[in-house]
Amino acid sequence: MLAIDQVTVNYGATAAVRDVSLDVRAGEVLAVLGPSGCGKSTLLRAVAGLEPISAGRIAFDGADLAGVPTHKRGFALMFQDGQLFNHQSVGANVGYALRIRHRPRREVATRVEELLELVGLAGYAGRDPATLSGGERQRAALARALAVEPRLLLLDEPLSALDKSLRERLALDLREILTRAGTTALFVTHDHEEAFAVADRMALMRGGHLVQDGTLAEVWEHPADAEAASFLGYPTVLDGSAADVVLSAAGVATGDGVALRRSALQVSAEGPLGGVVLSSRVTPDVVRVEVDVPGVGVVASVTSDGTAPPRPGQDVRLSVVRDRLAVIPQRGSSGPFP
Amino acid sequence: MRRLLTLAGLAALPVLVLGVFFVLPVTGMLGQGLWPDGRFAPGEVAEVLARPRVHRVLWFTVWVAAAATVVTLLLGVPTAYALHRVRVPGRSVIRAAFLVPFVLPTVVVGIAFDRLVSTGPLEGLGLDGSPVTIIAAMVFFNLAVVVRTVGAAWEGLDPRPGEAAAALGASPWQVFRTATFPALRGSVVSAASVVFLFCSTAFGIVLVLGGLRYSTVETEIYLLTTSLFDLPAAAALCLLQLLVVTVLLLLAARARSATGQATRRSVTPSRIRPYDAPALLATALGLVLVAVPIAMLVVGSLRVDGAWSLANYRALDTTGGDGLVDVTVFEALLNSLRTAVDATWIALLVGGLVAVIVTRRSHGPAERRIRGLLDGFFMLPLGVSAVTLGFGFLITLDEPPVNFRESPLLVPIAQALVAMPLVVRTLVPVLAGIDDRQRQAAHSLGASPLRALVTIDLAVVWKPLLAAAGFAFAISLGEFGATSFLSRVDHPTLPVLIYRLLGQPGPHNYGMALAAAVVLALATASVMFVVERLRVPGVGGF
Repeated sequence: MLAIDQVTVNYGATAAVRDVSLDVRAGEVLAVLGPSGCGKSTLLRAVAGLEPISAGRIAFDGADLAGVPTHKRGFALMFQDGQLFNHQSVGANVGYALRIRHRPRREVATRVEELLELVGLAGYAGRDPATLSGGERQRAALARALAVEPRLLLLDEPLSALDKSLRERLALDLREILTRAGTTALFVTHDHEEAFAVADRMALMRGGHLVQDGTLAEVWEHPADAEAASFLGYPTVLDGSAADVVLSAAGVATGDGVALRRSALQVSAEGPLGGVVLSSRVTPDVVRVEVDVPGVGVVASVTSDGTAPPRPGQDVRLSVVRDRLAVIPQRGSSGPFP
Repeated sequence: MRRLLTLAGLAALPVLVLGVFFVLPVTGMLGQGLWPDGRFAPGEVAEVLARPRVHRVLWFTVWVAAAATVVTLLLGVPTAYALHRVRVPGRSVIRAAFLVPFVLPTVVVGIAFDRLVSTGPLEGLGLDGSPVTIIAAMVFFNLAVVVRTVGAAWEGLDPRPGEAAAALGASPWQVFRTATFPALRGSVVSAASVVFLFCSTAFGIVLVLGGLRYSTVETEIYLLTTSLFDLPAAAALCLLQLLVVTVLLLLAARARSATGQATRRSVTPSRIRPYDAPALLATALGLVLVAVPIAMLVVGSLRVDGAWSLANYRALDTTGGDGLVDVTVFEALLNSLRTAVDATWIALLVGGLVAVIVTRRSHGPAERRIRGLLDGFFMLPLGVSAVTLGFGFLITLDEPPVNFRESPLLVPIAQALVAMPLVVRTLVPVLAGIDDRQRQAAHSLGASPLRALVTIDLAVVWKPLLAAAGFAFAISLGEFGATSFLSRVDHPTLPVLIYRLLGQPGPHNYGMALAAAVVLALATASVMFVVERLRVPGVGGF
């Protein structure tokens, strides 16, 4: 549907986006994940028609978008802070795009009610945007963006301005709303949890380049490199001899790097790795244990069910759970990303 | 490329207007001074500047303006605090009262102070025709600038740094010195520079109150042109003033940009506390200074031969006792209103375009450079006094290539140029305050550029736009400096007619001038009252 083909965007002399190619298919949500300054927002703005592209091609349904102004693209853009129009009521904000298209008044009113219901803000139509909380503002902004069923919804860090618990709840709601509305969306974020909660597919950007893209599982299970693995949320990323120790303990061929989820290492009596406990902390789900393993370094691990939390200074054995680690192909070795 | 073309399209009208009605007159005026007989002769300018009378005039201009600026700040800053941060009863009415003098026609202010010191309770003090009266009138006139500019900054000032200082043991005065004032410095410097500028280019006040003894550069230019017909000398003084004012504006702009933008938040005014007393006292003093001359004026207009009478007002539809003034006051008022309507739409159209142009975000270095150039160009009229402008119009626009001498739009255009910087200054902060992403959100929802302009920009800016219109209208109603050069004998505006009436002998004409001044003051004050209702908190000032 949306085809981004070898797109470069320059800001003066520096290239904010370099040679990026991506596709978004009908009905799917693609998350572009990357640290701030990686060019992900610039890419989004280029798709929206707010930044001119220096090279490449952006097409929708096969039609080149070059020269099509923002307001004729039929997309909708939702900003980090919502950018509700403060001089209009919530209802007027949501109905904005409908009024622009001269839809009959009654239809607008019905659709506004419907949309507010969809985002969980039923009865808020008469409110002044200034009186809304951060989460409510984002919900209203989402309703406004969805009003005319955009061909493509562009979301620029829509949840980043919210606090953590609200963000988690709203991410799930967002996923459900987008699925229910069948919306195709391009979604930009620096928060991997947000990306995992909302998206079907994910693209990783760094320094203006596209590092990797694929389904959530593909990306998660095969991070392109160590940095990508860290960014995806792996607490421990190892390479060289440290990686070899863990890989051989897991019974996997050595020579590559490895990224470990917290639950990849579990405290158990017969584990192949030994180490000294530095600290342990009880959390609602698991007991998190930091262990110093000779030849590897400090790693994050958890206790398996029913084991008492170890004390600092205690010697423990660790087992490696194979499906909870990701092998990272080293530079020069064979792999999809040389 | 398309962006550059749009920019060029938007900029065409303001550039043309400024080119013909600003650059042409000012360069023509400079030509008179530097090329008196078609030859480049800077010696003439030097000769004029070496005259002892010119030295006296210069010195008088500077010290009176400096003294007036200091007094205005001393009264204005505490008043700004009292009216914006303390819950003083009737705040909005008092704020409007402080605003009235600023738009009172300078001629009216002159008459009011003349009444005060020559016939009122201050008669015996020998203040008639003294510099003290001139300074008092300047303070009267400029208090509004300080109260509004500093008040707008103070209103939205984050109180938490001050509260933190107080929690660490700072007394109210120390809080002001260490936390509040540094955050306000930009607005105070900006207000001070504007006040100094207004005082040093004051025209009507000095013309009425200074008589023949005291003259500032502005009145001297007027005198040289209209009475002595020494055009090269007048041009030389214009040139000097242009240089000084431009330097002053550049310094003020630098002082403004040097202070960072403080965080703004909406603060509810606190109730009156004991240590607000000095501020309240300054407010009361300022209020007295504002109210007494106006009261004197109104009372004077109602007295004929030592008795109460409406005769002065009844005489407003006559042409005066001696028939020397051949237009009635009501006709002149109609002229003024008609002129003001034209001046207002011109100022709004040109000023609005300028505000839009300078606040839009640039894409690419070429566009940024062009925008920067335009920005500087559009600010030029600020640097030229009304008298210089009027004089420039007089000597350049009456001959080909552009002959506007007989055009009824000549006076409105001059007044629009005087009012335009204020329109721009009112609109720019509002337009600049609109997050560009609001427009982008509108575009992405399907709004065309025009539609976005209407639903985003206009929706936010209509109130300040109306306020700017009111300002422009009031300024045009009272404009005297440029108009005194350009007004046609048979179609004077009200301020010009009042000045003419003052020049006629006889108490009857004087009384009529007082009544006419009250009418003019009422007209501008009612416009300003509407403007004050439209006040957008935290925005505006000068």
